Amino acid sequence: MPAFSLNAYVALSAVLFALGGIGVLVRRSPLAMLMSIELMLNAANLLFVAFGRAHGGYEGQIMAFLVITVAAAEVAIGLALTVLLFRRRPEADVDQVNELRL
Amino acid sequence: MNVVFIVAGLMAIAGVLGVILAKQPVYQVISTVFSFLGLAALYLSLQSEFLAVIQLIVYGGAIMILFLFVIALLSARKDPVEKDVGQLTRPKLLGYSVGGALLVMLAIVGLFGHEGRLDWAQVPADFGQVKAFGYQLLTTNVFPFEVLAFILMVAVIGVMILVGRHRA
Repeated sequence: MPAFSLNAYVALSAVLFALGGIGVLVRRSPLAMLMSIELMLNAANLLFVAFGRAHGGYEGQIMAFLVITVAAAEVAIGLALTVLLFRRRPEADVDQVNELRL
Repeated sequence: MNVVFIVAGLMAIAGVLGVILAKQPVYQVISTVFSFLGLAALYLSLQSEFLAVIQLIVYGGAIMILFLFVIALLSARKDPVEKDVGQLTRPKLLGYSVGGALLVMLAIVGLFGHEGRLDWAQVPADFGQVKAFGYQLLTTNVFPFEVLAFILMVAVIGVMILVGRHRA
């Protein structure tokens, strides 16, 4: 039986998610943004696991497992795109990548 | 258990703060690993042992090694990616304030929300261990498992198409 109430886990997950969001908003390098996205996914995972434990079922853990695997795939694709971006141009600030803008 | 939650939670939060504030990408990776360690301990405190191990192996191991490889590939040059790191520009201030508002809102919902009042259910002693988890994954939830295999295949092929081709 976990010692703290479910509220503590939910609040911790919310704080982690919001801090990851600040990382995405504030940092301008694609690597830092990808890492912040990973941390946001982790915060959601913590919520899945906590609610799964609170209900006593396995669905939450299996969903978290799914999220971890999808995050691995996402990081592979995202880092490939980052490598391409760095290859194409000398600077890789995400503000400079605006060819697709209207 | 109390101490585990507090220490692991602080570790996770400190790791995220390190990602936001660090100047060098390598320090960011290290603080991300720190955060993942804290989250693995939190999973352990929720009796999800298999997921804690997966968190350490997949996130702390595989994904972070991928990041380190890309940093080693790309950061050999001298100039940093971000020119204005460390100083508070106006877009950054805007980002901090929007994120801070989100933080306060979500924390209030988390602390006082109705859903969080739920009590912990009684679970058998082997809850979250490899055998029970694997049984659930490969019987009741075998379809998501197969979908995952497909997604990983798509990711591998996509990466090969994106960066694997040879330029003349």
